[in-house]
Amino acid sequence: MSIAMPTPDAGVIARGPQIVAALRAVLPPDAVIDDPQETRAYECDALTAYRCPPLAVVLPRSTAEVAAAMRICGQMGVPVVPRGAGTSLAGGALPTADCVILGTMRLREVLEIDTDNRFIRVQTGVTNLSVSAELEPYGFFYAPDPSSQLACTIAGNIAMNSGGAHCLKYGVTTNNLLGATVVLTTGEVVELGGPELGPAGLDLLGVLCGSEGQLGVVTEATLRILPRPEGARPVLIGFDSPEVAGECVANIIRSGVLPVAIEYMDEPCLRAVEAFAKAGYPDCPAVLIVEVEGSKAEIDDQIARIRAIADALNPVEFRESRNADEALAIWKGRKSAFGAMGRLGDYICLDGTVPVGQLPYTLRRIGELSRQHGLEVANVFHAGDGNMHPLILFNANKPGDLARAEAFGFDILRLCVEVGGCLTGEHGVGVEKRDLMGDQYAPDDLAIQMQVKDVFDPGWLLNPAKVFPLDASAAHRARAAE
Amino acid sequence: MSVALDLAPATEAEVAEVLADCHARRTPLRLTGGGTRVENRAAGETLSLSRLSGVVTYSPGEMTLIARPGTPLPEIERMLAAEGQALAFEPPDMRPVLGGNGTPTLGGTVAANASGPRRLLVGACRDHLLGVRFVDGRGRILKNGGRVMKNVTGLDLSKLLAGSHGTLAVLTEVVLKTLPLLPARTTLAFPGVTEDIALRIFTTALSTPYEVSGAAHVGGAAYLRIEGLDGQLAYRRDRLLALLADHRPEVMDEAPWQAIRDVAHFAGGGPLWRILCKPSDAPGLCDRLRRMGGDCSLDWGGGLIWYHGPGNPRALAPYATLVRREGAEGPAFPPLPPAVARLQDGLRRSFDPAGILNPGLMDA
Repeated sequence: MSIAMPTPDAGVIARGPQIVAALRAVLPPDAVIDDPQETRAYECDALTAYRCPPLAVVLPRSTAEVAAAMRICGQMGVPVVPRGAGTSLAGGALPTADCVILGTMRLREVLEIDTDNRFIRVQTGVTNLSVSAELEPYGFFYAPDPSSQLACTIAGNIAMNSGGAHCLKYGVTTNNLLGATVVLTTGEVVELGGPELGPAGLDLLGVLCGSEGQLGVVTEATLRILPRPEGARPVLIGFDSPEVAGECVANIIRSGVLPVAIEYMDEPCLRAVEAFAKAGYPDCPAVLIVEVEGSKAEIDDQIARIRAIADALNPVEFRESRNADEALAIWKGRKSAFGAMGRLGDYICLDGTVPVGQLPYTLRRIGELSRQHGLEVANVFHAGDGNMHPLILFNANKPGDLARAEAFGFDILRLCVEVGGCLTGEHGVGVEKRDLMGDQYAPDDLAIQMQVKDVFDPGWLLNPAKVFPLDASAAHRARAAE
Repeated sequence: MSVALDLAPATEAEVAEVLADCHARRTPLRLTGGGTRVENRAAGETLSLSRLSGVVTYSPGEMTLIARPGTPLPEIERMLAAEGQALAFEPPDMRPVLGGNGTPTLGGTVAANASGPRRLLVGACRDHLLGVRFVDGRGRILKNGGRVMKNVTGLDLSKLLAGSHGTLAVLTEVVLKTLPLLPARTTLAFPGVTEDIALRIFTTALSTPYEVSGAAHVGGAAYLRIEGLDGQLAYRRDRLLALLADHRPEVMDEAPWQAIRDVAHFAGGGPLWRILCKPSDAPGLCDRLRRMGGDCSLDWGGGLIWYHGPGNPRALAPYATLVRREGAEGPAFPPLPPAVARLQDGLRRSFDPAGILNPGLMDA
């Protein structure tokens, strides 16, 4: 455990019973949980190495209930940790002992589907996948598709500005979010944006999206929807070296074909996937899966272009899918990659992003760092946008192994920054990367971000100890406590 | 030497020096880029950013462009076109409308979050902005975002600065995503249709997967643009022609998309308003706007109305911005709900505590 959390406010903890009573007075009986047996279920998210049961959990069903809970917490000076489905890999929903968890999972209503104006309005506790499922009968879909889409909520997607495999073409959450109903710590309800294509004043929605619950709690969202493509088909390309695979990615992008996804898997990942899923991938150092969309003729045309680009680089294999089963077979290994890695042991999954041209160098350096730290790493990631996903394998039962894995991870993320990239492309900073923010940003760059938080959350009550290094935020927090 | 020439910094460090000094003296500044806009009613001395110019890096294989704000847009467009790429959001050239005779710049485009017809398909300027360097109202040199496509490292201030019209900070470097320019394009024109019919055409076309990249109604005609690889285009065109056969489409090879982008049809005089609305509300709004005595055109599939004429359209459509004043009274920007206005004011005070940057420009 190398990431420090601030000392919980003993005063708040002592006032626990009064706080719970005040919350019960404004919320339905089943919406407030303080039984330690039950609050334990909220002690961590998907970054399971860090755990802390909260003071209480509230599960409101409406914006009004969220506002009532926020007003109580604001008035009583209680930190609030917003939580979607708890799938954050970065500890974005890690509680503190003095906090109230505000869960969005009962905000489940689909409020409006308007295909003529191309939007859907939902309460934010709906899952990502269910939004597209709702739209399917209309021939539309919602583009961001994080790999946790079965479980993760729109609230969490907005907080983390989630991406997914298909964002090379369709963008991430911020590019598909039109409006939000936001509750501030005062309990005030603010409407930002809407079905219109742009804000009336400053783009507050733009700064809210990806703010990791630092500014407000989003209870309803208006999302841009798109007509479903006629079809999609992947190809698999195997290469002798990561460098050539990287070159292929850059050449595809330059050619004018814009695939919906370009996924990359390296040798350790391919080995694990082969042992687990028997996807029949070629035995080579690097595999790309490239997916294109359109009508049959359009797909054929794009694949022919991709084949010409790949052929010039002497691939080990170029595998086309002729039908749905073959397409599934190509995706099978990629989709089971995380499960396959999980069988090899515990892992940390990072998501630093680098300029596409720096991929080969970054992969080589990660290999060197792996030998230095004595830990295995596998790479499976969204190559088209340089969004890496190094999986560092370790043994949680072995004393010191987690700390070694974290140190290795930090080195990889520093490397990403060094080559012109960033610490996180889609998982968020959370607590996991909080203490590396100084590697990405100068003190003043962080100060201006914290000044934005000062405006939205003057009491610094929302999602404490995330995003901003504790020493950097100390003065802001002290001022807020006055 | 004139005051204007005094305040024309050529480097980021000089910008910081000017702003720190003006902050200390509480001297308001009126920012200008290439001088395409004639009117800026903000008080104060003129701070010209035209010398803060030049491309820092352009990497076509990484689809990224890094340039300083004073870089002329035509220069950038030529450079990108030579690599078969473009700024996909189609930055408009507002000179015909705004009456300036300068050159549109990259910084001006970002500061106004200005986007053309393709905004409908690919998003606005802000959606293509990957990172910024800027100087805040205290004179601090700051950065946010970066040069990669996916980045959730900290708060996204790039989005906040895009469209802030120089009221929060002075941009000193912008990083934009570039995209391949699709090699083939064609337009379906529907002459002699009302906004009502145009909207039906848009709704049908925009419910298809054919990636319509322009949907506008100008001078009584509706236009749909499709773009793609050579093989895609004929297929998409034919499918749309069949779907919309009742509305008698005509195929146009040379279509007025640049004029639509630049709102050239409302060049010249008279107040001009930019109104954002739900597309399905557009035909009704246009009817009522015309009753005020002016004329309308539509872009973005009906999501954007340009109203050229007298009166104040805000009573009908709250999201109305006065782009060209010419005698019209009142604030240029639409009023905001009190809570939003309070947050906005708070942000202004954080970025620019002395209120020196384009003060009042975005006041509602």
